[in-house]
Amino acid sequence: MLMVQASLDGILLGILFALIAYGMALQWGVMNIINIAQGDLVILGGYIAYTMYLAGIHPAWGVIVSPIIMYFIGVLLYKLVINKVVDRDLFISILATFGIAIVFQQLMNFIFGADVVVAQSEYGTTMLFDNSVTLPNSKIFSAFISVLYAVALVIYMKKSRLGRAIRATAQNARAAKILGVDTEKVYAATFGINAALCGIAGALISITLTLHPYVGLPYTVRSFMIVIVAGLGNLPAVALSGMGLGLFEEFADYILGTEFRIGAVFMLLVFILVYRRFKLSKKREYLK
Amino acid sequence: MSKIKQKDLILYSGLIILGLAAPYLFSAFKVQLTYLCVLIVLAMTWNLQGGEMGYNTFGNILFYGLGMYLTASVQVGMFFPLAEWTESGGEKTFVHTTAQYFQGIGVGLLVSAVIPAIVAGAIGYAILGLRGHYFAICTLGLGIAAGEIAGGIEIIGAGQGFTTPPFPAEIVDTEARGKFFYFLSFALLISTFVFVKYIYGSRFKLILNAIRDNEDKAEAMGIQTMKYKITGWMCSAFFCGLAGGIMGGLIGYIDSTDVAFDGREMGVFMVLMAILGGKGTLWGPVIGATLFHFFKEGLWTLILGWQYVALGVLIVVIVIYFPEGLMGWLREKYPERFGEVIDEKDRKAQVELK
Repeated sequence: MLMVQASLDGILLGILFALIAYGMALQWGVMNIINIAQGDLVILGGYIAYTMYLAGIHPAWGVIVSPIIMYFIGVLLYKLVINKVVDRDLFISILATFGIAIVFQQLMNFIFGADVVVAQSEYGTTMLFDNSVTLPNSKIFSAFISVLYAVALVIYMKKSRLGRAIRATAQNARAAKILGVDTEKVYAATFGINAALCGIAGALISITLTLHPYVGLPYTVRSFMIVIVAGLGNLPAVALSGMGLGLFEEFADYILGTEFRIGAVFMLLVFILVYRRFKLSKKREYLK
Repeated sequence: MSKIKQKDLILYSGLIILGLAAPYLFSAFKVQLTYLCVLIVLAMTWNLQGGEMGYNTFGNILFYGLGMYLTASVQVGMFFPLAEWTESGGEKTFVHTTAQYFQGIGVGLLVSAVIPAIVAGAIGYAILGLRGHYFAICTLGLGIAAGEIAGGIEIIGAGQGFTTPPFPAEIVDTEARGKFFYFLSFALLISTFVFVKYIYGSRFKLILNAIRDNEDKAEAMGIQTMKYKITGWMCSAFFCGLAGGIMGGLIGYIDSTDVAFDGREMGVFMVLMAILGGKGTLWGPVIGATLFHFFKEGLWTLILGWQYVALGVLIVVIVIYFPEGLMGWLREKYPERFGEVIDEKDRKAQVELK
């Protein structure tokens, strides 16, 4: 039964990771930046929901409020920093967002304190298979909301004017500019949407997992990993590899012990990169 | 030529005399000076990697932390059972004699230089096949994974840390500890500088530059790039391990994520210092590290609690506005000083074009 428990936990968690990874793929594909602060945006979104919880509002409303606030934070961040790294070397964007991540961590530490917190959703738990598998309803809720938002976003990207502009810019920024797309606005909106996705994921994490100012980086690495496995702009693959990662983590947790969980995630990243490097080097190519 | 060499000679001997006199002149700042030496070493080794070879790594912290753990483990393990030492305040039951302490740290430092270099060589083939940002992220993952894993291993203290052997109590001179670690780090600094300077005059540096500028073309020219990349990384690892070993002894306490595999501080500092001074120059990292250290020590106490916010902002500002660093800026301004011949006509023509 432990296997079933771990599998279900892993899949539900993986859907959440896939949502963050989708934001990562979006900004990477459109703006060609790697955002190390991704995980910290997630945690910030979580703290917004947690603040609502402290104020007496049910934290589940965070999945609506948090993305709205995070969108504006994302746009602000773009105007302040990100717009200066868009056309430059990827390493510059990595370092610059690393700096942003440190600032965010510390500010969250000041504002919300260094304690591990969780917002109680009081959704109860579902018992399966004669009570041998426990499944918190909040996890089911979070997976459901993630899927809902992901589908909504895909439709939005396909149908809306901004969505088309974003896709055009991703294909060829210069051509899009010539055809009258205001790429600067598109970039700002893309980063805002990414931050909003992080906000949703954060609000869901605040009710399903725990929040702490310094746990952002593992989320960044998870989303990075999902994107390099799935490729940019391949949503079903993102969802699948997200679930795969969730499964891996839950099983690593059971087999190796909780203290090695984060270490296992980071080692998996190294292994995936090295595996892909050896596979590509047979064709005398390398990861680009 | 001979005139320049004479100037260099005066400069170097002046700096060495200053370095030797520093602990007596600024007696109260010996620990800070030791830190400075270690920071310069880290910046220079990072520069060998990120600046010359173009492989921007966040993972040199791996070798630094490894060196720290290795030195302390060897120092303890040579004379006492390691597991009992780390279990419950073992440093109180077992006491190193003076001879044991120095023997231990000597062997420990040797091990802490060799093992990281071997590790770098072993993982080099796999990791250095990655390029650009994939390499950066992969090494970032390695550094953090190492910290997380070290924090779960019982024999080296796991989560509650590892107290390194205290300086022998038989030596009565209270200044001795500070001086010992200062001169140790100063010796490391000089040997690193001499080594890097030697590399700067060699064919090896040109090959590293070729790899940085265009690896495919370098390969097409018949350079076995992988061989040189691994060698370059092993050189970095060697000195990083030594720096870590000295720091472990100086701090006296090793924690897996906050002291040894401290990607949040040391891991970023070494990148930042090299970039601040100027990547790909001999003096850049030295100047960058010195400036950074003064800035940090000056500001850290003034803005208590806000230091990480300041650090983050500093990273963003340096990376966005001064990606070429101080030396790069000087080079732009006074190219003649750097031995670059500028065609005046060409320069004017370029200005007009703008």
